[in-house]
Amino acid sequence: MKIFASPFRRSALAVAGAILGALTLTATPLLAAGDTPAIPSQKWSFSGPFGLYDRGQLQRGYKVYKEVCAACHGLRLLHYRNLGESGGPEFNEAQVKTLAAEVEVQDGPNEDGDMFDRPGKPSDAFVSPFPNKEAARAANNGAYPPDLSLMAKARVGGPDYIYALMTGYKPEPDSMDMQEGMSYNEYFPGHQIAMAAPLSADSVEYTDGTPPTVDNYARDVSAFLMWAAEPKLEERHRLGFRFMIYLVILAGLLYMAKRRVWSRLKH
Amino acid sequence: MAHVSTYKPNSAIEKWMDDRLPVMRMMHDQFNDFPTPRNLNYLWTFGGILTFCLAVQMATGIVLAMHYVPQETMAFDSVEHIMRDVNFGWLLRYIHFNGASLFFLAVYIHIARGMYYGSYKAPREVLWIIGVLIFLAMMATAFMGYSLVWGQMSFWAVTVITNLFSSLDSIIPGLGTTVVEWIWGGFSVGGPTLTRLFSLHYLLPFVIAGLVILHIWALHVPGSNNPTGIDIKSKSDAISFNPYYTVKDGFAMSMFVILFAAFVFYAPNFMGHPDNYIEADPLVTPPHIVPEWYFLPYYAILRAIPSKLLGVVAMFGSIGLLLFLPWLDTSKVRSARYRPIFKWFLLLFFVNAVALGYLGAKPPEGAFLIWGRICTAYYFVFLLVIMPVVGWIEKPAAMPGSITDDVLGKKPVPAK
Repeated sequence: MKIFASPFRRSALAVAGAILGALTLTATPLLAAGDTPAIPSQKWSFSGPFGLYDRGQLQRGYKVYKEVCAACHGLRLLHYRNLGESGGPEFNEAQVKTLAAEVEVQDGPNEDGDMFDRPGKPSDAFVSPFPNKEAARAANNGAYPPDLSLMAKARVGGPDYIYALMTGYKPEPDSMDMQEGMSYNEYFPGHQIAMAAPLSADSVEYTDGTPPTVDNYARDVSAFLMWAAEPKLEERHRLGFRFMIYLVILAGLLYMAKRRVWSRLKH
Repeated sequence: MAHVSTYKPNSAIEKWMDDRLPVMRMMHDQFNDFPTPRNLNYLWTFGGILTFCLAVQMATGIVLAMHYVPQETMAFDSVEHIMRDVNFGWLLRYIHFNGASLFFLAVYIHIARGMYYGSYKAPREVLWIIGVLIFLAMMATAFMGYSLVWGQMSFWAVTVITNLFSSLDSIIPGLGTTVVEWIWGGFSVGGPTLTRLFSLHYLLPFVIAGLVILHIWALHVPGSNNPTGIDIKSKSDAISFNPYYTVKDGFAMSMFVILFAAFVFYAPNFMGHPDNYIEADPLVTPPHIVPEWYFLPYYAILRAIPSKLLGVVAMFGSIGLLLFLPWLDTSKVRSARYRPIFKWFLLLFFVNAVALGYLGAKPPEGAFLIWGRICTAYYFVFLLVIMPVVGWIEKPAAMPGSITDDVLGKKPVPAK
């Protein structure tokens, strides 16, 4: 018996194909594009089935986050220990302790029932810059700087979008009526963004020889935020590869077994 | 059930058990030496694949429920806790999340196969009806499961779908509002809604499992249909389920798992919506609220009809009508292979369903709305008019004398 030998079986296959086609067509997230240009895709070390994060890039990206973004944006779903875990920036143990100790964490109550501040430990969650949404709005002209923990998965384009946004600040066109305090950004929906261009050349010191340009800052912080949103990507790609090899061998063996068993039938 | 038992207990223990609870006899007769048409193609492997999908969803779901917190301020973070801190939590969650999509992909192929080869016709009407009930229970389960993530799209999908019941207000004023508040457990979607959706999301898969047992039982009374739609007439038409179909189903399942794994490991968020990685916020409405891809055709039907109540009726009716398929189809010939007119209308029906899915993802305006209405009209005209009428007027093509004749390529017998 041949697979899909007759024209009727072929039409059945066509139907299955049509359903599969529908899946690919409709599953693509569809958001109103408006007049926002398409987000250009960038080359990332972590894209593709074998992609892995670039350790140095994640460490630089963390530095950009900490020195620039962290002034307004939190990463509340991360813990300082994550910075040392495999598949991430992989700072060593001493570095993680130092990085954690740079923040003040409220702890308590102590024996006297009082809350107290102490230096952060690796087991602490990242401390957000504002105690609550209202405080964040009050300090930012009414605009709320969103938490960045999942930003790289919460926007169409992911890290490409973050990079595009970071590098998409331009002088507004004459036809555009800007609201007070807003900046023009080519890739932000509606083009008016409350965040002023956050990156400027030489604002963050790089110690590994990478040129301190806006382009590099944007690229590195986008990669870092991708890791923040998807910290198990490397484990996933590695396990996936092993699992696929196993599956392909299994499928091959099952196909041969099927051929063999079915050959017993007289045709 | 359908055939004479061939089970012979080999030991005293098996004999003892067989006199008390003949479970080994049932397994032997139903899954080992079960006569099955010899000509089943690969579309018949989806029954086994679907059983596998249900098992995977239940196994991963039970473990996820050990770590998930169904509470409105903690639900979203507990999912992220699973993704970040639970050992292989990311794997369990991505399997469960993509498993739902793959489950629906498989069930749509399974339903389309049943429609093409007339598997719903006598004597398999009850089998088909149980299948439609399983499909409905799957949809309810998937909808509730999606809400548990408590992201923006979860929250707003629940809001939109539960609000549909408020259309009952146009029949009896106040009825719809009461029903909706009763579903919500309050005056808006919130904590009480989440806990009850979680409870029901855990319950319904067991209902599905029970229905699946009835579905297999109802299948094993008349036995499997086959691509010719002709009944088994002689011994040479049938082969034993094991090993022939166990190995064939096994191979098909391994191919399905490769597709499954490709999504889980390499494109885990392809089927999702980025907005669902933003925590639910009752004060911010997303610009476009779209359901998961497998609900899009019904969403298109809902929005194609200007009246809210009639839209809801059409949406539920589009699935409810499937229950009556065995009687809406008036042709005695099962397989669309031998139905030269019906075949093309049916293939168009499948294309139409895919088109509805595409339109369901688009804003209901301009050409999208017009096409949505045309496709919705065809969906119902096909089921209510074309199916019965074509059955009456169509002259079936020549059919083989038996399954064996078809497999061996003997000349077909022209229809009388």
